[in-house]
Amino acid sequence: MNGDQDPIINQVTQREYKYGFITVLDNDALPKGLNEDIICQLSAKKDEPEWMLEIRLKAFRYWLTMKLPEWAHLKIPVIDYQDIIYYSAPKSKKPTGRFEDVDPELLKTFDKLGIPLDEQKHLSGFAVDAVMDSISVKTTFKESLADVGIIFSSFSDAVREHPDLIRKYMGSVVPYRDNFYAALNSAVFSDGSFVFIPKGVRCPMELSTYFRINAANTGQFERTLIVAEEGAYVSYLEGCTAPKRDKNQLHAAIVEIVAHTDAEVKYSTVQNWYPGDKNGKGGIYNFVTKRGICLGDRSKISWTQVETGSAVTWKYPSCILRGDSSVGEFYSVAVTNNHQQADTGTKMIHIGKNTHSTIVSKGISAGKGQNSYRGLVRVSKNAENARNYSQCDSLLLGDQCGAHTFPYIEVDNQSAIVEHEATTSKIGEDQIFYCNQRGIDTETAIGLIVNGYAREVLNKLPMEFAVEAQKLLQISLEGSIG
Amino acid sequence: MEAVSDKHILDNQLTDWYFDNRDQLISSSSSVFNSLRPAAMESFRKLGIPDRSLENYKSTDIPKVFLSPLNRYIGQRKILFAVEDLFHCDIPELDTELILLVNGWFYENRPKLQVLPGGMIIGSMSEAAKQYPDLLKQHYSKYADYEKDGLVALNTAFAQDGTFIFVPRGAGNDRAIQIVNVLLSPEDLFVQHRNLVIVEDNATAKVVVCDHSLSAHHFLTNSVTEIYVGPNAHLDYFKLQNENNNSNQISTSFVHQERSSDAVFNTITLHGGLIRNNVFTRLNGEGASNQTLGLFLMDKTQHVDSYTFVDHAVPNCTSRQSFKGILDDQATGAFTGRILVRPQAQKTQAYQVNNNILLTNDARMSTKPQLEIYADDVKCSHGATVGQLDQNAIFYLQSRGISIREARLLLMYAFGHEILSKITVDPLRERLADLVDKRLRGELTRCNSCPLHCQETC
Repeated sequence: MNGDQDPIINQVTQREYKYGFITVLDNDALPKGLNEDIICQLSAKKDEPEWMLEIRLKAFRYWLTMKLPEWAHLKIPVIDYQDIIYYSAPKSKKPTGRFEDVDPELLKTFDKLGIPLDEQKHLSGFAVDAVMDSISVKTTFKESLADVGIIFSSFSDAVREHPDLIRKYMGSVVPYRDNFYAALNSAVFSDGSFVFIPKGVRCPMELSTYFRINAANTGQFERTLIVAEEGAYVSYLEGCTAPKRDKNQLHAAIVEIVAHTDAEVKYSTVQNWYPGDKNGKGGIYNFVTKRGICLGDRSKISWTQVETGSAVTWKYPSCILRGDSSVGEFYSVAVTNNHQQADTGTKMIHIGKNTHSTIVSKGISAGKGQNSYRGLVRVSKNAENARNYSQCDSLLLGDQCGAHTFPYIEVDNQSAIVEHEATTSKIGEDQIFYCNQRGIDTETAIGLIVNGYAREVLNKLPMEFAVEAQKLLQISLEGSIG
Repeated sequence: MEAVSDKHILDNQLTDWYFDNRDQLISSSSSVFNSLRPAAMESFRKLGIPDRSLENYKSTDIPKVFLSPLNRYIGQRKILFAVEDLFHCDIPELDTELILLVNGWFYENRPKLQVLPGGMIIGSMSEAAKQYPDLLKQHYSKYADYEKDGLVALNTAFAQDGTFIFVPRGAGNDRAIQIVNVLLSPEDLFVQHRNLVIVEDNATAKVVVCDHSLSAHHFLTNSVTEIYVGPNAHLDYFKLQNENNNSNQISTSFVHQERSSDAVFNTITLHGGLIRNNVFTRLNGEGASNQTLGLFLMDKTQHVDSYTFVDHAVPNCTSRQSFKGILDDQATGAFTGRILVRPQAQKTQAYQVNNNILLTNDARMSTKPQLEIYADDVKCSHGATVGQLDQNAIFYLQSRGISIREARLLLMYAFGHEILSKITVDPLRERLADLVDKRLRGELTRCNSCPLHCQETC
């Protein structure tokens, strides 16, 4: 069966990255390099209060003392942190937040990406914060959301407008001492989104942030903070793309979620950073620290991710289940093709009583891709009746790729029930034969099987995103079986 | 910071111990051992005793057990010992060839090296190195990689004696070989032994290893066993660990399997202090199949850490790992299992399961089942659970008039039975089943299996 699939492999691996175009814009950028001076300038550019600069400097000084983590199953070339531009913003008039004031070139870019910033044209039920390089371009539906008390704005605006909230919650889930990239991000983060859902409010629309790296040699360091007060609910989406460039670019983000009593936060990601070309040249290095804390009783945090892009992915969306009866969920589909590498998974820290967590991870490796699941389930001493179910499946398409599973289970309480299951296999020849026999060609058959395999996760995405993710999976993979 | 310097001192102490005694070591042993000592010592100086900063030793504090004051000797100490005391090691209705190691040294209750009818050679490792240096050179330290693990390096640097089993081409009968490792000393002692099992083409062997301590002193054993299973050969290897709770044991085994061979490696841990079992398996010939099994029953402050690594180097091999643990009181346990499927190892089937039961709130278990797969036409799976006895099942049994204590015992026994049922030697299985049953009932303390009746700490 290899014979008739080779052409399909070629087709797929040579397929162009759809979002790889470059927008020509004037950029307002800081020089390359990282030192306290750069951080001061960055902070000044963003017009930040003194306390924020202090946090940045503290994080930077701590970062200098840290060592690069090496435990991940990744081969990462040495990154020269002095060779990166830490701030680059499309030069335009001072952002006013009004649609008419946004640079038409930027609008065109986001239109092309399928993210219209014009509220008239927009899909109903979606509010978008569009971030290009280091700044937020436009946040839609800000006003109508404000009517119900929801704050949805760029992080920089929030620092100026809601300093109390930012000071209270920023770093409360991911402190700057957390890890190497978290410290780096805390020192140089540029923009991102801030969401605050007040008590008892159910957010009427899906909130989303769209991240775009455009400028060359730039790193993107965004920071997202979501706070859901008692009984609140929000579903938040994140999408990302970058132009095709031969040089690797760095992306190190932090996402923090705080869920109070009875609150529920759903966080979905469709990550489609430029993965590099078929020889493994270029692509984004994606080092992300995502963590949510279920602070109150009966709160719930759910992570869903579809990871198809990036040359290197290092990402572990986690839940700290502190409130009693709180729930953490993690659903992931990670695809690695060509020379992509992914080391991704989750941490579920059970602290409260009767806490539940579910992990469903589906890895798909093709070409020379290396895909690892790495996860921790910890049940601490007082977490009575904790319950965890983990399932990690890997699908191998091609004989040069790898799929690895590294779960860690630490149980400190006798009443806990923790289960972990993992399987690795390839698409069965009989399955393809069955489809062929019914007149479905091999490429479509593989598409069907992969989609069926990932369905459990895709179903967790909001509808519009699920359609997008499904297409993305097909583009990244279809037919690349060997 | 203190731990770091302690470890540093410890590594230096052991290094000094080597250099102080190098001449004595070299003069008293065969060139087979001596030729590797310098390289092994060099890599020990690099690696040192593994501490918790190493991913593979994260759950077990190895330097701690080395730091307790133990007497270390290069030469053999005369220990008077009555072999009849070993009656309790007998396996009813199982006729075995008995090899005895006392504190890691071959005990001369039988000829140092004996050729049995059928060509099988069993006896002392140091004697084998003298009489069959060529045979040893082919296998000694070929499977145990002292460059990766400090403890293997330490063992290789000091290797002097242990057990040697050689089953030549086509040989082998049903008579099992029993190795009894006895720890008996008037003082606290550090023990190392080095063992080699060679099962050649088409041969069959059954080996039963029993670890016992006969005095209540503190012991630390660092043993390395290399096992070669040739083409079409078959090996059943059982290890029963039943030492006193002051005895700490680090046991590292390397199983190397050739084409169409079949091996079972089964470790049953009943008593002991801190125990670390490493089993490295390499499936080096097509069609090989391996089962690595383990059952540990722990209470008090025992600690058992099982580490397995199965390396699928060639296509068409099968491996199954199954480890089960029951933890009571403040016992802590850890399991790390890794399956590596190399790029060319297509059509591999590899399965791994680790199930654990925690009986108290103070017991703790960490488990890390891992898959590392570079081939696509494979079927691999792993699973791990940590839980407790099923309340519904206990209720069911109680509702049928079975007391809660009995119901719990029944369920625990059933849980462990899966591992025991894999034992193919009937009398051995019955004996072990009996021991496990007694152990679960709390009747098997070290004392009642100990001939000294000293009534000391159990």
